[in-house]
Amino acid sequence: MNKRLEEIVVENSDVIIKHWLEQVSEKRKSDYTSAISDELFRSTNREFINLIFSSVDKQGFTTELDDFSERLINLGWPLSYLTDGLQTFRRVTIDFILSQSEKIDSDRFSDVLDMVDKWIDPIINRLVNEYSGSWEHTVSLQRVALQELSAPLIPVMKNITIMPLIGTIDTERAKLIMENLLDGVIKHNSEVVLIDITGVPVVDTMVAHHIIQASEAVRLIGSTCILVGIRPEIAQTIVNLGIDLGKFPTKSSLRKGFETALELTDRKIVHSKEKDQTIENLLDSLDKG
Amino acid sequence: MDFKPCVNIRKEWDIVGARQLGREKAKEIGFGTVDQARIATAISELARNIYLYAGTGKICFEIVDDFEHKGLQIIAVDEGPGIRDISQVMEDGYTTSGGLGAGLPGVKRLMDHFDIISEVGEGTEIRASKWVR
Ligand SMILES: Nc1ncnc2c1ncn2[C@@H]1O[C@H](COP(=O)(O)OP(=O)(O)O)[C@@H](O)[C@H]1O
Ligand SMILES: [Mg+2]
Repeated sequence: MNKRLEEIVVENSDVIIKHWLEQVSEKRKSDYTSAISDELFRSTNREFINLIFSSVDKQGFTTELDDFSERLINLGWPLSYLTDGLQTFRRVTIDFILSQSEKIDSDRFSDVLDMVDKWIDPIINRLVNEYSGSWEHTVSLQRVALQELSAPLIPVMKNITIMPLIGTIDTERAKLIMENLLDGVIKHNSEVVLIDITGVPVVDTMVAHHIIQASEAVRLIGSTCILVGIRPEIAQTIVNLGIDLGKFPTKSSLRKGFETALELTDRKIVHSKEKDQTIENLLDSLDKG
Repeated sequence: MDFKPCVNIRKEWDIVGARQLGREKAKEIGFGTVDQARIATAISELARNIYLYAGTGKICFEIVDDFEHKGLQIIAVDEGPGIRDISQVMEDGYTTSGGLGAGLPGVKRLMDHFDIISEVGEGTEIRASKWVR
């Protein structure tokens, strides 16, 4: 019985393909693939419908279909192109089979539906899995990239290190901050670490708590932690929250923090004479001119 | 009173989602940078408490605009374990999780109006509002 139905479909693939292409192009007018050239759209459609037929023929998912979906994923075609295409195939095929039968009783009708479902559903499932697999993959790559970025430590000069924090701090990142800070202090033999929070959008009690703990830990291994880049609105919310940063060195800007770090390591910025002279010469020449 | 958009809190990053929506609303209503930061911080505290102590819940926003006040109300609702002694959790430094214990008293100070209803075994509802000056 099912064999018969399959034959009907494969033998009449021309008509079914024609209907399918019509419907898919019709649908296109109002939708997502509008940025894709007509030619590419047409050739992709042809390839797609042929692959659907060959997987119906071979009773299962083929490697060609795998390659095809992988290519579409890489080109950034939406998953809905594939699922819509398959749903259209389902509709067109069912319509066609039913139009070929003179009399349709409910048994026959449900046989047809079952059989077409058996073709389509595994393909849809497979494609959805591929797509979500590739998203998960992307997300996990981005996660790694983000982790590398999340708590960088920059040894700016001997004994002075800066950790610029940009973006939201969640529990995972807070842990990384602590680890990197302690590792880095030891590795670079830092006497002073500047934590710059200019880029942290919200400093709530959790973030404050982690920063306090981190600086406490830095102090225990013999270094000093200076918190810099506290924006005025952040300073106000910290005060409102009732968090006491009193015993904690803070500076409004990285520049001021850096000057303090230099002092703490017995250094200071000296302007070189030569440069001053150049400027003086320049001013002199302007006067003369 | 306006419509009421909500953010479900199920995982840690939902806290960021709630904060962003709240900040957007606050900007819309016309709050300045400092108040926006206060509102975002209050949302962060309430959302994190839901995440930590109730597991799941939601943060909703209501734009208030009547003859008395214009501003934003944050409503944090959960069906978690509830709070036995409200005056205790409103004390600075009280925590059951090794935190700073500054969240709830902090929210009260960050905002202009603060209301908490809680029943053990039923859940907690906190309303905190800020008025535009
Ligand atoms: N939504 C909630 N449901 C149940 N208990 C809560 C809730 N929010 C806060 N609490 C309790 O109140 C205490 C104080 O909260 P908070 O002031 O935010 O400080 P922290 O979160 O640092 O402990 C928490 O430790 C917790 O026991
Ligand atoms: Mg809290």
